Amino acid sequence: MASSTYISDLLRREPSKTFWGRLKGGDELSYPITLACTVSILLIVALIVAELWSHSQATVQKFGLGFLTSRTWDPNDGVFGALPFIYGTCVTSAVALLIAIPLGVAAAIFLAEMAPPKASNLLTFLIELLAAVPSVIYGLLGIFVLLPIIRDYLVPALRAAFGYVPLFSGPFYGVSLLSAGLVLSVMVVPFIISVSREVLLAVPTDQREAALALGATKWETTWDIVLPNASTGILGSVFLSLARALGETMAVTMVIGNTPKIAASLFSPGYSIAAVIANEFAEASGTLYISSLIFLGLVLFGLTIVINAIARILIIVTTRTAA
Amino acid sequence: MATPQQPALKDITSAPASNAAVSRSRLCKLSAKNINFFYGSFQALYGISLDIEANKVTAFIGPSGCGKSTFLRTMNRMNEALRNTRVEGELLIDGENLLAMDVTYVRRRVGMVFQKSNPFPKTIFDNVAYGLRVNGVTKKSVIEEAVERSLTHAALWTEVKDKLQKPATALSGGQQQRLCIARALAVEPEVLLLDEPCSALDPIATLKIEELLFQIKDMTTIVIVTHNMQQAARLADRTGFFLLGKLIEIDDTRTIFQNPAKKETEDYVTGRFG
Repeated sequence: MASSTYISDLLRREPSKTFWGRLKGGDELSYPITLACTVSILLIVALIVAELWSHSQATVQKFGLGFLTSRTWDPNDGVFGALPFIYGTCVTSAVALLIAIPLGVAAAIFLAEMAPPKASNLLTFLIELLAAVPSVIYGLLGIFVLLPIIRDYLVPALRAAFGYVPLFSGPFYGVSLLSAGLVLSVMVVPFIISVSREVLLAVPTDQREAALALGATKWETTWDIVLPNASTGILGSVFLSLARALGETMAVTMVIGNTPKIAASLFSPGYSIAAVIANEFAEASGTLYISSLIFLGLVLFGLTIVINAIARILIIVTTRTAA
Repeated sequence: MATPQQPALKDITSAPASNAAVSRSRLCKLSAKNINFFYGSFQALYGISLDIEANKVTAFIGPSGCGKSTFLRTMNRMNEALRNTRVEGELLIDGENLLAMDVTYVRRRVGMVFQKSNPFPKTIFDNVAYGLRVNGVTKKSVIEEAVERSLTHAALWTEVKDKLQKPATALSGGQQQRLCIARALAVEPEVLLLDEPCSALDPIATLKIEELLFQIKDMTTIVIVTHNMQQAARLADRTGFFLLGKLIEIDDTRTIFQNPAKKETEDYVTGRFG
């Protein structure tokens, strides 16, 4: 048995103490290496915050926290306030989610619970392709396809139905908060569908069978049992989408109107944080102007963190009551 | 609680030989007529014909893959939830073919408890109440009464009555399985199917479930699939032996274990194979 002699020789050999020998063994070096990778991520985040903070000092010193609540953005007079951009960012994201959540969850339910598996896989592949379309293309789609449809059909319909509400009154020029919200909803719906479908598919079959065995219909099973089982994951997909909507730059700036005003109507043009940074940074002159734009970046970063924190808390609270 | 099954246990081993006339006069609740079942092109059941007697415990035994669970799941049409399956033949409940009925109506009448306990991620109360609510019971007092009654029948009431609003998933494995039995009993099924309900439980939890099944058999007709032959011997009035998708024989439990008609049955119950 020559080969077995060879193996026993090999196994009785002392483990190599060289650097590569230890790397192969893994235990001693895997800890510092993986730790270093993790820490580097945290360092990058800290660096971003520190850089944004140090470069926005001029604005912080001049306006203080009033920057967040001021409605005026007038570079010519050197007066800067973030509120119109915060407003535009939040409103467009809210419109996007209001449309995308029901649409996306309904589509995910169809794909996970009703469609034949082969058709579901094919459709999901196509839907996931939508997530890979560059955002500038979505902007073009918005300008050439969505805006005419919104102008000719959606706005007159909304005005006829809810015209007495300030939200749906006033003139409509095409570019608007509503248009930006709609384009964003098209952009984030693939995330919601794709993640929600996965989560729904992961709900154990025995949960469905338990409900069916009690005389529940397929739909009652889906609505009462499968959806609550998947709620945490679906919520996760929603916040993923929200993060994308908040930070989306190109598509939004093409259809939002780029007007730093706070108007109650969704039909009026607005501006978002990401859009104003992208549009004005290159031409910004003067320390205060540049530092205000950088501070806006910090505000967007903070907004994302706050919303994500709320999301985490929401998830913890809902899972605690459910499970 | 330990007393009721004692005489029954003795019954199986020491009662005098059965009287054919008596067994024929027993009330038949469910009756299968030549059931064939297919997963795609694979035939899992071959011409199963049998009668399930009312208010008796019927056990199905047999090696893994013999079709006993498939047959059980045919009886409340659970297999229809799987794609690409087909069933042939007739299954009569009180003389009516349940394969031709509305499927939710069938499942309300024929309840099921599964191998792994599967409580919903809801409170204990809502778990038991779900079957009632989904079938249109809205009156709070009726639901509360039914929940208490079902939990009592499932021998769980005293353990959970102070924590009905706690999540069901916080219960132990045995308690969860009894909760699932309570959930199934809440809609007062005429037949209760149990698919290896104790296979994931320890002996004490198993004993509790066997005891409660004894308690409820005058309320409902019980059909249980089990891998455990002692369990079949302890619990069942009648036992059916399945092998390779065929029903080899079904008879009084005592006959199956002591004097089976078929060689295969004898080999299996004496432990010569399986």
